[in-house]
Amino acid sequence: MSNWKTFTKGLIKENPILVLLLGCCPTLATTTSAINGMSMGLATTFVLIMSNLVISLLKNFIPDKVRIPCFIVVIASFVTVVQLVMQAYVPDIYETLGLFIPLIVVNCIVLGRAEAFASKNPVWPSILDGAGMGLGFTFALTVLGSIREILGSGSLFNWRFLPEDANTILIFVLAPGAFIALGYLIAIVNRLKKTK
Amino acid sequence: MNQLTISGSPHVHGDLSVKKIMSMVIIALIPALLVAVYYFGWYALRLTIVSVAACMLTEYLIQKFLFKGPLTINDGSAALTGLLLAFNVPANLPLWMVIVGSVVAIGIAKMSFGGLGKNPFNPALVGRVFMLVSFPTAMTTWPKAQPIFEAGFFTDAVTGPTPLSLLKEGNPGTLAASGDMQFLDMILGNRGGAFGEICAIALLIGAIYLIITKVIDIWTPLSILLTVFIMTGICYLVDPTQYIAPWYHLVYGGLILGAFFMATDMVTSPMTTPGKIIYGIGIGAITVIIRLWGQYPEGVSFAILIMNAVVPLINKGFKPQRFGVAK
Amino acid sequence: MAKKESTLKNMLIALMVITIVSGGVLGFVYGLTKPAIDQVEANKNLKAINEVLKSDVEIVSTETKDIDDLTYNLAYDAEGNFIGAAIKTYSKNGFGGKIELMVGMLANGIINKVSVLSQAETPGLGANMVNDKFKGQFDGKDPKTFTLKVKKDGGDVDAITAATISSRAVSEAIKKAADGFEANKDQFMKGGNNE
Repeated sequence: MSNWKTFTKGLIKENPILVLLLGCCPTLATTTSAINGMSMGLATTFVLIMSNLVISLLKNFIPDKVRIPCFIVVIASFVTVVQLVMQAYVPDIYETLGLFIPLIVVNCIVLGRAEAFASKNPVWPSILDGAGMGLGFTFALTVLGSIREILGSGSLFNWRFLPEDANTILIFVLAPGAFIALGYLIAIVNRLKKTK
Repeated sequence: MNQLTISGSPHVHGDLSVKKIMSMVIIALIPALLVAVYYFGWYALRLTIVSVAACMLTEYLIQKFLFKGPLTINDGSAALTGLLLAFNVPANLPLWMVIVGSVVAIGIAKMSFGGLGKNPFNPALVGRVFMLVSFPTAMTTWPKAQPIFEAGFFTDAVTGPTPLSLLKEGNPGTLAASGDMQFLDMILGNRGGAFGEICAIALLIGAIYLIITKVIDIWTPLSILLTVFIMTGICYLVDPTQYIAPWYHLVYGGLILGAFFMATDMVTSPMTTPGKIIYGIGIGAITVIIRLWGQYPEGVSFAILIMNAVVPLINKGFKPQRFGVAK
Repeated sequence: MAKKESTLKNMLIALMVITIVSGGVLGFVYGLTKPAIDQVEANKNLKAINEVLKSDVEIVSTETKDIDDLTYNLAYDAEGNFIGAAIKTYSKNGFGGKIELMVGMLANGIINKVSVLSQAETPGLGANMVNDKFKGQFDGKDPKTFTLKVKKDGGDVDAITAATISSRAVSEAIKKAADGFEANKDQFMKGGNNE
């Protein structure tokens, strides 16, 4: 597989959310607005790229039997780095995302890519794979966050196009709206893939 | 020409067709609609027309442009969904909200699953709950009932509490004694609430018609009402100052409308009598739990939707007797 | 480099090296971000105090006192005069559980401003308490003449439409702060720098 393909497959064809359905928990929980979705996506992307890089470098140093604990330690370290940096420099976003930043550790995509890709491939493709998957994740979260913010809050990226006390379809900022929006998003992607 | 059209259940036979059942249910709801127009005037009528039209249009558009299949818009099921949806909202709800609810009811709850017979949840209730969560203020600001002879056909609505919201916020003991809670007003419909649910008598007339013509089965509504009566009765006996008498619970809120017209929906309820009884007990119990200890004052629609989800399991446990097979 | 065999020695070495390096990196990043995080935390508290006590006089020093179960952030000006208190108060009777408020009380016993620290009310109903339309009605009110109860209960507070329970909880929390302030006011006046 060419490097270009390694990078682009995560965007649409093997999009972690819309096609592989991995990491749905943060997807549903954090996409109450476009900004939140995008920040969560970017934080995960950083962790994905860095953990893929390090694990690919260490793949021969780590014995098979202890590879999962080793991967988790590496991933957890990067997540903690992200958490500390966000807490220090973007406290508002850190507060909204709350628990879901430390929970990146258990996001299936991160460990999944480490196990399925980075531990078997050279460094450069691993980075591209992490970046592609991360951006695909970010893309899906941003789209979902935008839909929910537009319908549920009457704004987009905090830019209001409806007055503050307008009657918006509140269900979209709540949990059921997340499921409905994600379901239809997946349906649309499947439909598009079919017609291709 | 299509000789063999395979459609989802109910696979009706004999004299009753889907169209006929739907029109009979609609006829049975007309007394309640008349009472609603009497108390809420033009608002109730306007909302009903918009809701029915929006439901039918949504179904038509989806069948025509997304399914590209046969049009079954004339079978009346979309019109019934629209009617029930309108019955479940306050009469003064902005029209665009009921249109959103109609699109959700038909588009999300019915057509996404494949149309009539394949929807696991009652479409009208999904639309109602969607609106309740989305527009909580508008959906819980109930107009006061004002007979049109006193207030006129086009008068603006005056808002007031429903019996159940009074109960949630106040003390049942004192409320029962006050004039807000006359039992006669409750069953005649002279109270606040969603405009289709207010008059128990009108709803019961329709329900009796449906039971006599065997469109609906008595078991589901009976077990719902009995469960509610027994559970609230026990609470009342334990502490009459904290809980209100059980007969009030039967006529408050949407219990009668829900028990007779929505829990009995053929598509989303169990097939056998034991199944129907279990289903009814579940709905009654959840309703009481939500009403007495939940966040919302009324729980009938949530209860029916939750039990809708259990229906496939109930059907698995209580299979209908196979025709021609000895016991 | 060939793949390491899963012998006990190799496994121990790999795990140890990775955990030690990770620990080192984390320690380094922690040290790097610590001052910024502390700053953020301090600012957050100060910001909430400033928000509810905003007045023409500059707040020079603050002092925190816990009396009963409320936290009083006392503010003093350059001469050590008592300006007012930002009182962290709460009510457990919200629709969705605990509601935490910061209430700014001026030295003359008037409510300056109310800000919502945390709440879990229903969006669109009780959650509207964060809007100025509701919480703004307390600004500049004297608890002695303005009864902190919703109108339904015979008070002066306009409840949020269809959210009487949340409105009641907010009124209760503010009343708690106002009563506590009144009871301890003399003690606050004496405090400060020129004690």
